[in-house]
Order: sequence, then C-alpha cells, then structure tokens
Amino acid sequence: MKIEHKKRIDFLFKAFLLTTGLISILVTVGIVWVLVEDAIRFFAHPESGGFPKSVIRFLTEVHWTPTFETKKIGIWPLLAGTFLIAFIAMAISIPLGLLIAVYLSEFAPHSVRESVKPWLDFLEAVPTVVYGYFALLAVTPILQKIFGYFGVTVEGMNALSPGIVLGIMILPFTASMVEDALRGVPQYLREASYSLGASKLRTAFSVVVPSARSGIIAAYLLGTSRAVGETMVVAIAAGMYPNLTLNPLEPVQTITGYIVQVALGDLPYLSFEYLSIFAAGFALFLITLFFNVLAVYFKSKVERY
Amino acid sequence: MDYKRKERIFEWASIIALVFVLIFLFSIALKLFIDGLHRIFDLSFYTSYPSRFPEKAGILSALVGTLYVMAGAIFWSIILGVPAGIYLEEFGGKGKVARIIEANITNLSAVPSIIYGLLALGIFVYRFKFGESILTAGLTLGLLMLPVIVVATRESLRRIPRAIREGAYALGATNYELVFHHLLPYSIGGILTGVIIAVSRAIGETAPLLTIGALTFIAFLPPPPWEDLIGMLKSPFTVLPIQIFNWVSRPQEAFHKNAAAGGFVLLVVCLLLNSLSYYIRYKVRKKYQW
Amino acid sequence: MEGNLKLKVENLDFYYGSFHALKKINMPIYEKKVTAVIGPSGCGKSTLLRCFNRMHDLYPGTRYEGAIYLYPDGINIVGKGIDPLYIRMRIGMVFQKPNPFPKSIFENVAYGLRIKGINNSKVLAERVEKALKDAALWEEVKDRLNENAYSLSGGQQQRLCIARAIAVEPEVLLFDEPTSALDPISTARIEDLIVELKDKVTIVIVTHNMQQAARISDYTAFMYLGELIEFGPTEKIFTNPDKKLTEDYITGRFG
Repeated sequence: MKIEHKKRIDFLFKAFLLTTGLISILVTVGIVWVLVEDAIRFFAHPESGGFPKSVIRFLTEVHWTPTFETKKIGIWPLLAGTFLIAFIAMAISIPLGLLIAVYLSEFAPHSVRESVKPWLDFLEAVPTVVYGYFALLAVTPILQKIFGYFGVTVEGMNALSPGIVLGIMILPFTASMVEDALRGVPQYLREASYSLGASKLRTAFSVVVPSARSGIIAAYLLGTSRAVGETMVVAIAAGMYPNLTLNPLEPVQTITGYIVQVALGDLPYLSFEYLSIFAAGFALFLITLFFNVLAVYFKSKVERY
Repeated sequence: MDYKRKERIFEWASIIALVFVLIFLFSIALKLFIDGLHRIFDLSFYTSYPSRFPEKAGILSALVGTLYVMAGAIFWSIILGVPAGIYLEEFGGKGKVARIIEANITNLSAVPSIIYGLLALGIFVYRFKFGESILTAGLTLGLLMLPVIVVATRESLRRIPRAIREGAYALGATNYELVFHHLLPYSIGGILTGVIIAVSRAIGETAPLLTIGALTFIAFLPPPPWEDLIGMLKSPFTVLPIQIFNWVSRPQEAFHKNAAAGGFVLLVVCLLLNSLSYYIRYKVRKKYQW
Repeated sequence: MEGNLKLKVENLDFYYGSFHALKKINMPIYEKKVTAVIGPSGCGKSTLLRCFNRMHDLYPGTRYEGAIYLYPDGINIVGKGIDPLYIRMRIGMVFQKPNPFPKSIFENVAYGLRIKGINNSKVLAERVEKALKDAALWEEVKDRLNENAYSLSGGQQQRLCIARAIAVEPEVLLFDEPTSALDPISTARIEDLIVELKDKVTIVIVTHNMQQAARISDYTAFMYLGELIEFGPTEKIFTNPDKKLTEDYITGRFG
C-alpha cells in the first residue's frame, strides 16, 4: 500500500535530519584536526628546534618572533597581551554588567526594560571592526589627552583602549546572561525575603544574586572566553608588537592579533609562519575551551527550583 | 543610612551605567558619521572600486562581495542548521547521539571566530582546495552562523504546543508531513528572526575572512551567479568589513574617512536587520497566540 | 442489545518505562455503540484510550503487551508488525482541549483527507461540507471557511476537531474527555453530537464526568489503579453494579 512508500520517505527524512546534526560534529572534528595536525608540524619543524626541544622553548622563551630572522617561539608575550586586555575588559564588564542586569531584572519598570533591551541587542550586533575603529580613533586620543594632562604618555597603540572598548562590547552579552540567571530565581524566594521585612535592594543582593551565582559565574566565564578570542578590536588598536608587559599603556599583541598579522602577509602553505598561526590558534582554542567547559560546569550546577 | 536612600542611590547608579553604555553606542555612530560625512553622501563612494587615491576609492566590490558571501552563508546555515534543530527538538529525545550533538553545538557557539578562519584556511582552502574564494567565505560564515540558527529553530519549535503534534499524528500524519505541514509553517517566523540576527552578526565578521585572503585589491566584480555560478563561487573577493579594516590600518587619515563611511554603512545595515527581526518577532507573536 | 464486536482488548498490559500503567485489561467494544470509560484521575483511562490508536508510540520508553483486535479483519493493533500510521487512519481521535491547526477552517477539515492522498478540490469540498454537517458546524461556518480556525469559540473549535476526525470516515472515534475544557452549553451540543454520530461510527469516550457517561453511553467500563474493575451495559453499571468498588465510585464515596 501507499503507507510503505510514505514510511520510506519518512525514514530518509529522519536520516537527513540526523546527518545535518552529525555535520555539526564534523565541524568540531575539522577544527581540532587542523589545529592539532599543524600545531604538531610546528613543534616538529626544524626552525622550532624539533620535538621536544620546541615545546620547552615554547614555554620558556620570553620572545615571540616566528616571523623574524632569529626565531623565538615563547608564547608568554602573546599570553600576557591576551590576558591583559581580557582582564581590562572584564574589569569593566563584570561590575557594569551586574549593575545593569540587577537593575533590569529587579528594579526597572516594564516599559524601561522593553525600550532598553533592543538597544542592548543592537550593541551586540555592531560589527567588531567598527568597535576597532572607535577604539583607535576615538578612545585612544581621549585617553592620551586625559593621561597627558597628568604627564603620562600613552602610545598610539596600547592595551587600555581596546580593553575598555571590549569591555563595553561584551557587556550586553554578559548582562543578558546574568539577567536570565536572575530571572531563574523563583518569586517565592523574593517573597520570603520581603515577608521578613527586607528591602528590595537587600533582597536583590542577599537573596537573588547569591541564589543565581552559578549562572552568573557561567555568564562571566563565557564573557572572558569572548574577550580572549576577540580579534578585530585588538588587531586594530592594540598594536602588532608581542610585548611581555603588564603595562596597559604600551602596545601589546594578543594571540588573535598575531594570527591576523601573519594572515595579512604572504603565507605559503606549511611554511613556518603558516604553521605558527595554527600553533597559536591551538593555544587560543585550548584557553577558550577551558573557559567554556568551566562555564558549562557552572551552568549544570544552577539550582532547579 | 535608611534603605530608601540606598535604593535610590542604586537605581541612579544603574541608570547612569545604562545611559553611559547607550551614549557609548550613539557616540560610535556619531563618530563614524562625522568622520565619514563627505563620503557617506558621495554617490561615487558606492560605485567605485578600491583605489590608491582615498578620494577615488569606493566600496562597490566590497558591497557585491558581501552580498554573494552572505547569500552563501545563509544557504549553508539554513540547510544545515534548521534540520539539525528539528532533529534535536523533535526526534533526538534524550538519546546519547542527540546529547552529544547538543553539547557540540553549545561549544561551537563559543569558539572564537578567528578559529573558524583557521578551519577555513586549513581545511577549505588547502585540504579541500576550494581556494581563497567566495565559496570558502560563504561556507565559513555559514558554519559560524550555524549555532544561532539551531538555537532559534529549537526555540520556535518549542513554542508550538504538543497538542498540535498529537492532532496531526492522530490523523495518520508521518513525521515529514508533520514537519512540512505544521511545524515549519508555524515556526518559520521565529526561524527567520534567528536567521536575520545571525546575518546581522556575520555581516560584520572580519576575522574569519582575513585568514582566507580576503584582503586584496578587488578592482573587478565576480561574474553574476545567473551567468556563471561556478565562476562566481571560485572568484576572489573582498567584503565590507575587510575593506574597512584595510582602510583603518593605513596611516593616511584620508583613508580613515573612507573607513568611517564604510563603517557607518555597515552599522546602518545592521540596525535595519535588527529592526526587521524585531518587527517579524512582533508579527509572529501576534499571529500565533497558542 | 449486544452487537458485533469492533474491538477486543485481550490481556493488555502497558508500561511507561518501569511503571505498570495498565494491568491485564480485557474488554469488548461493540460496533456503532458508545462505550464510556470512567474512573478517578490517574486510573489509566486515558492511557487505555491512547493504546487504541497507538499514541503512546510518540514517546520513548512505552511498551504494550497483550492484544487489541480490530474487526472485521481481526488485526492486533498493538502487534509488532502493525504500523501506527495505518491504525490512525482507521481510528480517529478527539482530544481533551480543542487543538485545531492554525490554518483555515476548511484546511483543518481537509487535512486528514489530504494526507490520505485526496487532493481533488471538488471531492475535498464535498467531503469537508459533509463532515462539517455531521459535526453540526456547517451552518455556523459555511460563510467563513477560509477564516482561521482560531477565530471560532472553544465549543466550535472542538466541533471542528470532531469534523476533522470524521472527515476521513474512521471506523472508530476516540474521545479523550472532549468536554472538560468547555462550558455547559457547548458540552451539551457535543454530547448530542456524539449520540448522533454513533449511527455511523463506533465511539469510545473517556470522561471524568459520571453523569456524562450515564447520559450518552451504551456501555461503561470502570477503571481503578490501572485495572478494569467492571464492564457492562451502562444501565447496569449505574444501577446495579456487581462490584463494591464500582458502587462506591458511582455513589460518590471516593474519586
């Protein structure tokens, strides 16, 4: 009968759906494959000293110059730049994000929420290259003026300006995740607190925020992961000089910035420069994976009320 | 200090923080507008190719490139993302395979976009030999958009009540009939909203395309797809954000004006896309009130 | 008053995972009669109903044992080789809450026909009209067949769902507490409709409302904790039940 025919189509249909789901796994496999294979090639390359000497150099040298005549392959300058900027970004994003999220979730009237949210969404959609432009040509000159007033020179390329811009860039993302976490706290906990005579503010910070802490931590971990992996703002405004420093007023280079710098040049397949961006990319992937997995762990700890 | 004062201080601090963030957003737009003013209203800016002379340079090839690359990205993200979302929400159940796919997609959504660029360079350009082409760029951005599409598909399917599914099955509908006659038509608005949001983010993506060699002087247009689809797909390209990056990285201030004008155009496109997604979401909510 | 057998439930067990929801059910369903299944909530009456059209197959971890024979051909509905699609095309269902599709009134009724492969617009129009007339809805909607089904009132929506189910001319029609979400006037109309429909189709109705069962059914089955306690002609069940438990329930001592 016709049912057999329909059954066959149905089977193929479900197989197609499953296949597309499995392709998403292939994407991850592809990412890990290129990163691992080319990172291994990098560490086995004669220019890096070959395995295992290359790994020791990677972890002990204090300069990162795979594109120079004398090749140094110490990852620390890139890590320092990456985390310095991520730190500045989170120093802005964490307090501002918490303030805005608590306000929107616990205090703001419905109308304010509804009219502010679209703009926060839009802030997330602003192209990163535009943020980069703004960091380089608006924020840096302003910083130079402010610091110059106190007699401190800020270089045209520095860590502070992209750090600040990044902090505001990821703010809508972290704030909305924190807000979701706060919203997950059941109303009866708030009511219990009010019934004991607690004020709104006290309820928010001693009942709601602590109850949602796993979700809030997860939000900030994902925010950090974003700050670490963000590329264009730092490529434009932080500089192209791997600099082992924690001074936010000097130019620095992040892992992502290095990848962009090398990718802009002529890049023969499997050359040492080519391999070096995969080694750097692999390090970046591991760092962000660490934050993401940690975030998933904290999310799984979110209390189900 | 009594609690009312504290609350007032908190509220004011929050409002100041919000206003600060919004002012930041508006000053970005304003800065781009002022810097790029004389190019934004210069028609030749939109009809010229890149040039060594800043005042002659335009974004024609970047606009066309963006159009083709985004068409590819939309194609790939929908063809892979919507069925995967349907699978996870409707048929995966609590099975092991479904949970692995789900965890994988969650993780993919948090992978930095430059890593997708390395994937594209290592796999599509060199191992698959697609070259530094529009095909590679579309595929790369499509994969980047994939998690957003999957999540949007799942969320809009979740809003359809179970009773609708049971009603269709009780009449003897098959799974594909349920999906094509009911689930897709009722969730298409939500999926579309997700696609538009994903597009508005991907259209400004620069990093994953830098690694696959998009930063070239493209003083020609790819052949239009209706004449030579393969030629279009294999063509080298540039896109708007890459062009902006190129201009902003130059020392001459005159090029910065072009970057600002290009950035403003991009910003307006993103704003329009975002508003469109809000509009569709509003319409859909009104149409299907379960 | 006994008629031909339409369905025969034989030693039916049903499990949700490890939960034994139906225990060794045995009962007949007679052709072109209304059989009501009553019992306190959680007794398994809806679970039993959903076995008749294999709705449980939609959810993982469910398992049938035993048999439900569908006559005249005598196939086992819950047998391994039987396709639920085939069963659902022969046995229709009306749900607790009206669940029309968010499509036009016409398309709602035509839907079952379309998936059976009937696409001729003239045939569709005839069958839709007939189904709407049989569901006593035609007069109210004949001028607005292209309007969205959600523009109808709750009671009308439920009659639309009945029209949708009878348009494909099923042999058996299952009602899962069809009036529990409706007002008394709508309920009365649906009850009248069910009584009229039994000339054409065998009906099984689950209800938590004993008066409803007494008003419209020819046979009544009383279930308790997953077991069938008593089955018989409705009059006998309500006036002179064999089992003490049935009597206690009927007289409102628990439930």
